[in-house]
Amino acid sequence: MKALSQRRRHPLAAIALLLMGLLLTGGIYAVASNANEAKAQTSVSASDIEEGEKLFVANCATCHGMGAAGTEDGPSLIGVGAASVDFQVGTGRMPLQMQGPQALQKPVQFTEEQIQQMAAYVASLGAGPAIPSEELLDTSGEEVDPAAGGELFRVNCAMCHNAAAAGGALTRGKFAPTLEGVTEKHIYEAMVTGPQNMPVFSDANITPEDKQDIIAFLKIIEEQGSPGGADLGSLGPVSEGLFIWVAGLGVIIAFTVWLTSRSS
Amino acid sequence: MADHSHGSPENAVTVAKPGQGSVQKFQDPGLPPHRPRLADTDPRAEKRAERQVGVLFLISILGTLLFFFGYFFIPLDQTIGTLRLQNLLLGLGTAFAMLGIGVGIVHWAKTLMPDHEIAEDRHEIRPEADRADAEKIVGDILEESGIKRRPLIRNTLLGAGVLAIFPAIAIFRDLGPLPGDVLRQTMWDEGVRLTRDPSGTPIKASDVTIGSAFHVIPEGLNESEHKLEEKAKAVVLLMRLNPESLNPSPGREDWGYDGIVAYSKICTHVGCPVALYEQQTHHLLCPCHQSTFDLTQECKVIFGPAARPLPQLPISVDEEGYLVATSDFQEPVGPSYWERG
Repeated sequence: MKALSQRRRHPLAAIALLLMGLLLTGGIYAVASNANEAKAQTSVSASDIEEGEKLFVANCATCHGMGAAGTEDGPSLIGVGAASVDFQVGTGRMPLQMQGPQALQKPVQFTEEQIQQMAAYVASLGAGPAIPSEELLDTSGEEVDPAAGGELFRVNCAMCHNAAAAGGALTRGKFAPTLEGVTEKHIYEAMVTGPQNMPVFSDANITPEDKQDIIAFLKIIEEQGSPGGADLGSLGPVSEGLFIWVAGLGVIIAFTVWLTSRSS
Repeated sequence: MADHSHGSPENAVTVAKPGQGSVQKFQDPGLPPHRPRLADTDPRAEKRAERQVGVLFLISILGTLLFFFGYFFIPLDQTIGTLRLQNLLLGLGTAFAMLGIGVGIVHWAKTLMPDHEIAEDRHEIRPEADRADAEKIVGDILEESGIKRRPLIRNTLLGAGVLAIFPAIAIFRDLGPLPGDVLRQTMWDEGVRLTRDPSGTPIKASDVTIGSAFHVIPEGLNESEHKLEEKAKAVVLLMRLNPESLNPSPGREDWGYDGIVAYSKICTHVGCPVALYEQQTHHLLCPCHQSTFDLTQECKVIFGPAARPLPQLPISVDEEGYLVATSDFQEPVGPSYWERG
């Protein structure tokens, strides 16, 4: 301990500490998310609905009301379907941390089993979009066409989520999040349920096959990266402009100083 | 005028020396003494600078070789990876090729070329002799060309000069014609079905659930002759919200159908597609300049530079349950233009 405390003012101590912290939280997260996946289940029983109701009353009813009928602080969940619960809770947006322009993503608060139970309970209240099956999310099939998905994405999604799916700003503090790293299931669920201010893209608007194409497109652009090298966040003129103002003008100024200085 | 005398040259360079009654002029300090550079005095430094310049030119040569290596020896195989590598090599190669030459020449000039300071005296701005020369040249031209004595030549030249301008006018006229009422009309008309963009499949009213947003083109657009021109005017955003949320003004109550409303997607500011629909706040946001339209108030502008609400497309359903337009837009879509009035 003494040796350790003597080195606490070492210049690299802060970096070492930061690394240790990152490794620790990353490790815990990896273990926790593995555990969640391991418990995934598909069948729904009466006991699931019962457990889900208990969880709902304990965690959600404050805002959404008893029986999910809605209050001033939260909308009614009757008829939003299991997909909505799986998306909102599965991405950590619910339970809400605080009222604000929009619910933010944060670490998932429940296990996969608990999420399924709550989804089963909300689905039992009224018909709504179900959690998509594995076949709907499989983009490896022959008939899946990522190019068609790209066209659909540019028509329906790109104006908010950005042509490179990097996300973008909306009105009054709201924003469309980046789609990088979002799972196939959550992308699909967002389209069918229209979470928060996102419009609904029901199967009558974009068919399940078209949704598959869109997901395939998103996964491909995520994998292949930017053809032009560093994409600077794909945010367009803001980040690119900042870069060229700082780096480009910096180089020009440096050359000007060198050009006009006298040789020793 | 009195103020000017303070700044006159005589005053600026004279000063009263303390303790002396007389006024003494400053001497022109001239150029600072020439300071030799390292390479001027030390033969080893000179050799070093020479080598440095050579190395810089060599870097330029290597850059060009790198460019050609990337151009000829990176096989492009349909993957982004090889394309990115080739781009990198072409860019780096060109950069080093140009920078090497530029930096080398500047370094050469700064270290090895003579660096004597030279002062060049200023010429008189307008000497009388030059003036007279110029006058004489003009006079000679007038005299020798004989333009005053030969009216035939003068008049035909004038005629040719005036006429030669007209082809330019004819060509610029081709930039027209004025748009006329082209911008007032779109493909929408009574009975034209609303179809999905890009597939062109018709939309049933029952397909449009509350909270939905459909990107819509008129039926037959994909087959029309000037597809892009027509699409640029006719694109529509179709949304459904609670009928109670809508506040239609008198005369516009039947422009929607059971909470389904269709609005032009072309911003009335400078024509960007307004398609960022927020289904809870019912705001439509234009991504270019943040004009915000409130769907519940007939797309009134609630923020940003747009001057007019988005035009609404009156819609209804046909016998088969598909959404159709009941007429064209009632006003021109998109930004203002001269003839719009």
